[in-house]
This record gives sequence, structure tokens and C-alpha cells, in this order.
Amino acid sequence: MRSPSLRALSIATVVAFCVALSLVFFYAPIEAEEGFLQKIFYLHVPLAIVTLSGFVIGGLMAIAHLRTRDQRWDLRSYVTIHMSLILGVAVLITGSIWARASWGHWWVWNEPTLVSFLIIFLLYATYQPLRFAIEDPERQGRYASVFAITAGAFVPLNFMAVRLSASFVHPRVLGSSSNLPGPMMLTFVVSLLAMALLFATLCTYELAAKRTRILLKARSRILGFQ
Amino acid sequence: MELEGLTRNYGERVALEDVTLSLARGRTLVVFGPNGAGKTTLLRVLATLLRPHSGAVSVLGKRLPEEAWEVRGRVGFLGHDPLLYRELTARENLRYHAQLHGVADGRVEERLAAVSMSARADEPVRTLSRGMLQRVAVARATLHDPELLLLDEPYANLDPAAIELVEPLIGATSGKTRVLSSHDPGRGLAEADIALGLRGGRVALLEEAASVDPDAVAELYR
Amino acid sequence: MSKNTNVVLALLRKELLVELRTLESVPGMALFAVTTFVVFHFALNQNTVSGQEAAGILWVTLLFAAMLGVNRLFVADADQGGFDGFLLAPVDRGALLIAKAISLLAYLLVLELVAVPAFGLLLLGPSLGQALPGLLAPLALGDLGVAAIGTLIAALAVRTRARDLLGPMLTLPLLVPVVIGCARATAPLLETVDPGGLPLRWLGTLALYDLVFGLIAYAVFDFLLED
Repeated sequence: MRSPSLRALSIATVVAFCVALSLVFFYAPIEAEEGFLQKIFYLHVPLAIVTLSGFVIGGLMAIAHLRTRDQRWDLRSYVTIHMSLILGVAVLITGSIWARASWGHWWVWNEPTLVSFLIIFLLYATYQPLRFAIEDPERQGRYASVFAITAGAFVPLNFMAVRLSASFVHPRVLGSSSNLPGPMMLTFVVSLLAMALLFATLCTYELAAKRTRILLKARSRILGFQ
Repeated sequence: MELEGLTRNYGERVALEDVTLSLARGRTLVVFGPNGAGKTTLLRVLATLLRPHSGAVSVLGKRLPEEAWEVRGRVGFLGHDPLLYRELTARENLRYHAQLHGVADGRVEERLAAVSMSARADEPVRTLSRGMLQRVAVARATLHDPELLLLDEPYANLDPAAIELVEPLIGATSGKTRVLSSHDPGRGLAEADIALGLRGGRVALLEEAASVDPDAVAELYR
Repeated sequence: MSKNTNVVLALLRKELLVELRTLESVPGMALFAVTTFVVFHFALNQNTVSGQEAAGILWVTLLFAAMLGVNRLFVADADQGGFDGFLLAPVDRGALLIAKAISLLAYLLVLELVAVPAFGLLLLGPSLGQALPGLLAPLALGDLGVAAIGTLIAALAVRTRARDLLGPMLTLPLLVPVVIGCARATAPLLETVDPGGLPLRWLGTLALYDLVFGLIAYAVFDFLLED
């Protein structure tokens, strides 16, 4: 079932990761203020960007679902959001580690990106309970899409609001991303690419798994097992 | 109205499968079948409350679901739920529906009189007996003078006097095109021009009522 | 579009009639708010609050009280066949959203008429009178945001299994920007020493939020009702 493209995607991801990791550990300079642990930035920020994009893309797919009423868009939207949620846990954990490394606390309210992310995570954590609370599958998909669209629009708005509310006392590495020196920028971009590939691969895997399950259920029903 | 291959699913279960029939204006179709056979689903699809999942449905010359908008005000639906707000009076409920359908208030009074509920029209609906509720529901369903009546077991809570009362509104003498579901083979067949028997969402029986044997209807329930 | 206006008015009339007869939402919301202020007094062990703290307490309390109203918004319709009755009528489905949002707005206004003076009386240090004119804009904009999102999510949650849980779970994160905006906007007004004016950028953010989600709610509402 489309294994060539899945294989190609997986290989590309592994390669990208190897390149990214080698860059992170051997090429990027050690940051003056924060030391070695700052390198978690190359893991945390690309993960965050990919996750947030995933949520927004899930919302776009939901729009496609409502317009075309094609259940496949609902499946894609579900997988994308689900995967983003899982990666989101990693974002919060790496963010926490980074906060501890930089400022000595496991959580900081002054990093607006982290805080916005928490709110968005809490919002999307309700996506699956919502789906499971609706029995009719057709209505489930429709309501989930409505939610995905609303939440997708919420992502940028939330970031704006939280960023506005942050005090600018603490220095933020992300805030200075525009002045990232060359080597760091390169490492960052490669890491971002690797994360994006990872996300795409994981989503494709989950989509394939779900599609197989659906096919199996349909076949067994025809054969009279259910 | 015309249906062809109408199918409606509920997840993996089938609520209606491949239902094909046509009903000319002014005739009555009576739907028989055990509970869960799809009678209510069929009525709700025709009322535009549910979308068909596949097949072609045409009601009053309009295709569903694309042209459902044009059908809505011309269909009267009477389901298990009287669709009345319990804390409001019968008059307030009917006025509300009248305003939604763009019908004048005078019609509300006329309908209340037609179902003999004018006397108790100012009491909250929750104080009414089931028979009275059903009468008000009949008033609601016919408020906007629909061309097609969709009735889900309309005589269920009515005593014989009440049935006589609503007969000109929703019965055979109303002259309207009607689709109604019934559990009573005898009375149902007497009213029907066409009899439809559903079983498990599929058509088990579809004939002119005159040529249907009441036992065949009873078979559906076994 | 006067037909649509008539429909909205008809819906609104029905809505307010039912609420007046049952008094399910508004008294509960108002009572909850006042009780919460009392609880805060004991939790904080303070007689008065001011500044950012006061703004925070006020807005969070109003938000949670609003949740009570949001939870009950579509319950009567879902339980008493109101959706079917509306869906059978040849009207624009968006009218229901508008009518419900307006009624929620009305409930919120009554809530605030009770809660804000109660707040001024029970917990606020500086005088409420001087802060009041400035409070009106954040209150209005905040109410619009809650009305838009609250109505949409209420319609979403009411036909699910865990409707009382899902409603707040979905609404609270979505309303965080509103809370931020309102709390930050009103904080300077409630300072004891040297109260400031309304920071306009927060009002701008709130207005943007209201606009975006108002439009989104209107666009997706139909999909919630149809079957």
C-alpha cells in the first residue's frame, strides 16, 4: 500500500535527522550565555513550529472536509491533529528542560511562546474527548471539523495575545532568532526540515495504518464476521 | 415525491437501504414495519431533517438535499416529539412556529379552534395530557398549510373522539399527499393507497393497498 | 433581509420568554459571581484588592459565571425538540446563532449589572465610580467574544455525550485571549494609586478576536445543525 513513497519518506527523514544531529553537536557553536544545554533549542523550536503548523493544517483539511464532504479529509485532519498533539507533549517537555537550563525553573511564564503553546495544547487535548463523545460517525467528523477550524484560527490569535502580554524582562533566544549567526541559522533550518519530514512520515504511517484497519473492517463485514 | 435507491447509514449500520418508490399527489403511503426498521428515518429524510447518503430523492419536485431549502416550508412533520416548549403555552408555541414560517397570527387561532384547544391555549404545555399535546402538535404541523404531510404514528396518543377531530386536518379527507407510519395493519391498510413494508431498512413490501393481504403486513413483524 | 430580522426576533422572543419562565440561567450566574467574590475574600485573606489582582479576580469570576449560562444555552432546545422545530422552518440557520448569541449577551449584561457593583462593594479597594466609564469598553468587547465563542461551542457540545463537561473544557482555552485582553485593559483603571487610562492595544486585540471568531462562528454554524 503505497510503500515506495512511505519508504522514501522514512529514508529521507532518517538522513535529515543524521545530518541535523551532526550539525547540532559538531558544527553549531556553543552559545556563550547558556552553554551546551542551549542546543535543545534545535530540538524544541523546530518541534514547536511543526506542531503548530500541524494544527493549522489540520484546520485547513477540516475546511476541505466540510466543503467536499469527503470522509478522507476528515481522516487526514484527525491524523494531523493527533500527531501534532503527541509531538506537542515533546514540545512542552523540551521547553521545560530548556527553561530549566536557561533560567533555573521548570516552567516560566515569561516565555510567551511556551505559554501560548500550553494553552493551545490544552485546547487540542479536548479534540479526542470531543470525538469520542459523539456516536454517529458522520456527525463526529463534522463536529470535529468545526472544532478544528475554530481551533486552527485560534492558534495565531492566541500567539498574538500572549506575546503582547509578556513582559520583556527575560532574554529570549527566540526573540533574537533574526540575529542568529550563520552556523546557528543553518543548523536551525536543517533541524526544522528534519522535524517536518518526521512529522510527514509519522502522519503517513498513521494514515496508512488507519486505512488498513478500515479496509479490514469493511472486508470482514462483507464476509459476515461482524 | 420520488425516491430511488435511497440509502442512509448510521456509521456501519444501515438505517435505510436502496429504497425506491414514488407517490403521486393526493395519495397516501402507509409505512409498516417493526421498530428500528427505518420508518422514522424515512420520514425524517423526507422532512429534510436528515440527508440521504446516497440515492436520488425528490420531494414536491425538488431534489434533496440540494434543494431542501425550497421544500421546507411546504412539508408538515409530526414525529414522536410534539416539538413544543414545555414552559410556553400552546398559543405561544404556535405563535413562535407561525413566525418562523411567516404565517399570520390569525391562523394560530384558527388552528387552535380546529383541534379544540382554544380553551386551554394559555396554560403551559407541560400541564397538558398526552392526547392534548398531540392535538396541539397536529395544529403545529398543519399551521403553514403544507402540501405534504409526514406523520409518524399520528394516532398513537389520541382517543377516538380526538381522532375524529383531527381527521380533516391530517386524515384521508384532508386531501393532502400523506406519508404515515402505522403499527395497525387493519386501520393502516384502510387509509392507504400504497402500502410500504420496511424490515431492517430494506423494502420488504411495496404494493397498492387494495391488493395487500393483511397477513403479509403482519409477517413483517415476525 | 427583513424576513431574517423577523426570524431572529421570533427566536429571541421565544428564548427570553422561556428564560423568564424558568429562570434557569441568569439568577444562577449572578449568584455564582457574588458567592465567588465572597470565597475570594477568604481565600486571599484580604479585605480589598486593587490593580492587576482586582482585574484578574473580576474577569475570571465573570468568565466562570458565563460558563454556567453557556452550558444551559441550548439545553432546552436539545431536550424539547427545539432543533427539529427550527430546522423544519424555511429560514436561514444562521438566525439561530444570532438570536442565541444576543440572548447570551443579554444574560451577560444582567450578570454584570449584579456582579460588577457587588465586586465594587465587596472586594475592590479603590472606588468603582471612577473606574466605571473605562470598564464599559472591555466589558462590551469581552461580552461579544464570550457570546460568539460561547454560542458556537454550546451548540457543539449540547449534542454530545458529556455535554456539561465538554462545554467548559472547550470554551475556557478559547477564551484565554479574551481574559488576557480584558484583565490587562482594566488593570490600570483599578489601581489605588495613580489609576491610569485604558490601554488601547488591548481593546484592539479584543476587537480583532471578536471579529474573527464572530465570522468563523457564523460560517461553520450551519454544519453543526444539519444532519
